[in-house]
Amino acid sequence: MSVTNGAPAPLLRLEGVNTYYGQMHILQDVDLEVGEGELVCLLGGNASGKSTTLKTILGVVPPRSGKVVLAGEDVTRYSTAKRIERGLAIVPENRRLFGPMTVLENLELGAYLRPRADLKEDLERVYEIFPHVAARRKQLAGTLSGGEQQMVAMGRALMARPKLLLMDEPSMGLAPILVERSFEIIKQVHSAGVALLVVEQNANVSLSIADRGYVLSTGRVVLEGRASELIRHEELRKAYLGR
Amino acid sequence: MDWDKIVQLLVNGLTLGSVYALVALGFSMVYGILKLLNLAHGDVLMVGAFIGWGVLGWLGGAQDPSVAVWILLTLMVLAAMAGCGFLGVAIERFAYRPLRRAPRIAPLISALGVSFFIQNSVLLLFGANFRSYESFDLVDVEVGIHWGPLNVWILRIVVMASALAMMLGLWILVTRTKLGRAMRATAFDREAAAMMGIDVDRVIVKTFFIGSALAGAAGVLVGLVFGSINHFMGFGYGLKGFTAAVVGGIGSIPGAMFGGILIGLAEAFSVGYIEDVTFGRLGSAFSDLVVFLILIGFMLLRPQGIFGKKDVKKV
Ligand SMILES: Nc1ncnc2c1ncn2[C@@H]1O[C@H](COP(=O)(O)OP(=O)(O)OP(=O)(O)O)[C@@H](O)[C@H]1O
Ligand SMILES: [Mg+2]
Repeated sequence: MSVTNGAPAPLLRLEGVNTYYGQMHILQDVDLEVGEGELVCLLGGNASGKSTTLKTILGVVPPRSGKVVLAGEDVTRYSTAKRIERGLAIVPENRRLFGPMTVLENLELGAYLRPRADLKEDLERVYEIFPHVAARRKQLAGTLSGGEQQMVAMGRALMARPKLLLMDEPSMGLAPILVERSFEIIKQVHSAGVALLVVEQNANVSLSIADRGYVLSTGRVVLEGRASELIRHEELRKAYLGR
Repeated sequence: MDWDKIVQLLVNGLTLGSVYALVALGFSMVYGILKLLNLAHGDVLMVGAFIGWGVLGWLGGAQDPSVAVWILLTLMVLAAMAGCGFLGVAIERFAYRPLRRAPRIAPLISALGVSFFIQNSVLLLFGANFRSYESFDLVDVEVGIHWGPLNVWILRIVVMASALAMMLGLWILVTRTKLGRAMRATAFDREAAAMMGIDVDRVIVKTFFIGSALAGAAGVLVGLVFGSINHFMGFGYGLKGFTAAVVGGIGSIPGAMFGGILIGLAEAFSVGYIEDVTFGRLGSAFSDLVVFLILIGFMLLRPQGIFGKKDVKKV
């Protein structure tokens, strides 16, 4: 039997994951872990496979080999719905709100698999974090500003009451002040006990709030470690942090 | 002005229009969710008309029905809706789903194939003869509203009312229910919908079921008020329904209703007046000309239709 070393039990584990789009081999033998309540960031250049990693975890794209394990349960063959029921949610790249639908409907879709009886409570919880969203609930999501859309996208994901929240470039396209604000919210969600796997181009800021980090390059994990160590890492500085 | 004639044409147009609207709704729903023109949709209507005719015969026929007329009508419509709903599900499963990632022309050709397949199957089963619902035996022509120039046979009222009721039901389903929300989300962004945990395949299947069930109901309504049915009838209704969907704005539910009524009225009034207007050079058989001129006009001037958004892609 293995001896526990005091590290949090892994909520999510990817074991030797290989994901393809048709003939294109994207993720190559990816191993990755996120512990209970941990904040992990996933870094990497363009087209390195960060979004594909999140889609593989969520089950939108099936891996050709390897395992996705959620809270000890092998979910590799499970549908997205089953995985969401086990505590996943995503803030997708570019937010992907349902533009012709109202903010409220978008939030309700985030709670698609939740019992109807909890809807009101879930909504109130989200409105508490984003009071501004409450005021906009009748507005069509497509007419919101970029910052508002980001809040709705986060709110929509939180409606699922995730144990692990996947976020794909939450600060993309936001003004600096809103970037700061969205990292504040990430910290707030994290301190509420939710584990996060955050994809970011903005390595400096994300490493400063993360517990651990992984660096992807052309579909392989090339670096991993504690955020405090990664942030000082020579190669990483050159590749992503240096200007 | 010949008010009797105008009122009569108005009634004809609204009856026809409510049927076109039902067909257009099915077109629009499927197009909205798969960006696919379901060319077999008119043939589903034809199958519905035959199912209704079969139920009518099975329950004693129009002269001597073995149940009350309203029960008979309800059963005819429900049977056609159920039968066509499952037909639609089968079409999606076997003709469209395998081609979902193929280039767009592939499902279009597959749809044409399904259309021929259904037509020829019915031809094989029932022959090329026209069949009739003989609904004048079922409900006397004199029964209905007689109010000044307004003379409406009760069956026409039933047809319009049930079409309207189904449209309202669909509207509530799409705007107020969880399934409706899932349908709209899937139509807008399939992958994002999947990321919310929506079972996209199931939503597509249900969309086909509902759209095809509406076509099946429309088939029975057509049989009831316009008499004869045959294996080829789906083509015309399909084309008019498609026109109505495009004119209203394909993908839009109010658009399909509005387009249906507009096309129905246009057809009825051109049947009534085309001879006068062209000094006898064109007969009422040319009324379709007007309908398709409207289609071409919209394609050229407002391709997104009345209720459509600008970004609708053309096939
Ligand atoms: N649906 C798809 N079909 C085919 N190839 C795809 C698909 N989605 C992504 N790819 C390819 O997979 C590779 C990895 O894409 P991915 O979106 O995971 O990168 P990323 O790290 O998120 O990049 P970015 O920082 O630009 O968002 C890219 O080369 C991309 O072109
Ligand atoms: Mg990406």
